[in-house]
Amino acid sequence: MSATTIIELAYLVAAGLFVMSLHWMGDPKSARRGAFAGMTAMLIAVVATIAKPEVSHHSDFVRHAWVFVPILLAIWPGIWLSLVPLTAVPQRTALSHAFGGLAAGLVGTAKYFYWAGGDGGELTPFIMTAIVVEVVLGFLTLTGSLIAAAKLQEVKWIPQRPWVYRGQNIVNVLAFGLAVVLGVCLIVQPTAAWSPWAFAALIFLALNFGWMLVMPIGGADMPTVIAILNAYAGLAAVAMGFVLDNKLLIVAGALDGSSGLILSIIMCKAMNRSFANVLFGAFGQVQTKAVGGEQKSYKAETPEGAAQILEQATSVVIVPGYGLAVAQAQHRVRELYDQLKKRGIKVRFAIHPVAGRMPGHMNVLLAEAEIPYDDLVEMEEINGDMPQCDVCLVLGANDVVNPAARSDRSSPIFGMPIIDADRARTVFAVKRSKNPGFAGIDNELYFLDKTWMLFGDAKAVVGELVKQLAGSPGH
Amino acid sequence: MTSTTPILLAAAHQPEQLDLVSMLFVFMLATFIGIGVIRRVSRLLHTPLMSLTNAISAIAVVGAIIVAGGQDYPTPIKLLGAVALFASMTNIISGFLITDRMLKMFKSQKAATVAPPPDRSADNSGEGRR
Repeated sequence: MSATTIIELAYLVAAGLFVMSLHWMGDPKSARRGAFAGMTAMLIAVVATIAKPEVSHHSDFVRHAWVFVPILLAIWPGIWLSLVPLTAVPQRTALSHAFGGLAAGLVGTAKYFYWAGGDGGELTPFIMTAIVVEVVLGFLTLTGSLIAAAKLQEVKWIPQRPWVYRGQNIVNVLAFGLAVVLGVCLIVQPTAAWSPWAFAALIFLALNFGWMLVMPIGGADMPTVIAILNAYAGLAAVAMGFVLDNKLLIVAGALDGSSGLILSIIMCKAMNRSFANVLFGAFGQVQTKAVGGEQKSYKAETPEGAAQILEQATSVVIVPGYGLAVAQAQHRVRELYDQLKKRGIKVRFAIHPVAGRMPGHMNVLLAEAEIPYDDLVEMEEINGDMPQCDVCLVLGANDVVNPAARSDRSSPIFGMPIIDADRARTVFAVKRSKNPGFAGIDNELYFLDKTWMLFGDAKAVVGELVKQLAGSPGH
Repeated sequence: MTSTTPILLAAAHQPEQLDLVSMLFVFMLATFIGIGVIRRVSRLLHTPLMSLTNAISAIAVVGAIIVAGGQDYPTPIKLLGAVALFASMTNIISGFLITDRMLKMFKSQKAATVAPPPDRSADNSGEGRR
């Protein structure tokens, strides 16, 4: 067997392991095996590529340094980025999408200029199409993800609110049209004197697309944006696979792309919105509906009173939201969970698909606090039980429990599936302030007769509840 | 063909059309497999799933190594490859490490230490509670 055949077979094994890796991710019990399989596959792929004759067949040490120095340099930032607090995982994910986009864009650019520097015979229309797609998706993902990461990190000079101006969509469409024209010109004439300039202009446009697409999107839509960027990064890898004639890249990229696609569909469904609406809708920028028409009043409750009612309950549902993450309250919540469990109270967590700032974010935070995942219940499952629930504790969640989504046609979130907190017998809502939530919408739930507000930082309020419960006799 | 192009590449040029179609086949099938497999991942694990697929899409490292370490690429082009290699290697390392770090945290009722025994939670869900 020739070396090339062995390398191709190694790629085949890696591709199979990638598929198995995602298969094992299906169940929490086998998920770690899945991560391990993915790691192994990647190791095989890297080693096989380094062993390629065109990479390894020279004795010049300096040439090997071109491969090993970047790898060694990546170790420290790689480890550092894997140790971020779990509240920062969405930013980290966005940042790594940016890196993925950068890598794809640079490889596409390098390949183009390398081949264009020769006689350009390799730049067939098909390959050129793949290069254009790879470069555009890669660089678009780079700047788009950087903006998304900055918004998630709440960097000061990037507005959280959607950034819109008059005629924005027209500008975007014109820029997109220009990019298509440039792309077609390059595909037809990859080696003309002006082609490298057109290629540079295309990169410039792609870089601008990224931020132009993400700036108008508000913080509440970030879970969807992250998922879409995930799909783009995958598709960029697929395009690279076409450019390099490498099926492993196509398989791995397609797996990533379909994952991003499915996650964005789930996110969109959970918000009852279409892709187009997320990308061009500029959600939550202006709240036109006057809130102050009638002065509605909250009822506030003290932690002492709330603790007494919690003690009497037989079934408690906790609805966590991003407020919980911001306050780093997950460990206090675990203490509360223990206190209630000790009294034989059934405690469950109702997780809305868009709770938190990326798909599945809440689950990870609660798992960090060692809450068993059997008690993390999905929205559809818990809603049928809500009328039997004695106390619903809303912890830093807002829009996902807003009954306006069911009843108020004029509400921007109308039609979005919600957790039916308002159907519980008693509702306690913990809230930092009286301001509306991330989407900027007023919440009817807080004005119901059965609702009591606990104002304060989620961590402090839950800590106070735990103290009250721990102080009082067991049953 | 330039004289510098590896012979292998020249050989691959003949059946190029066929190869393109077979690549499209691979792409289509892999997408279907991906959709089928990922739809079965529970929402519980969507964050680790995303960091895992993130690491997997850093397979772009293959292209980066070829460009950075390839024989006859001029230095400016190698430099692009080296930066790409750094970026994708960072993704590989951080992606797999953070995935495993998160997955380690997911524990079921049985595995959790302080949780009550499973028979009692079964009692709680019985109709006696209603």
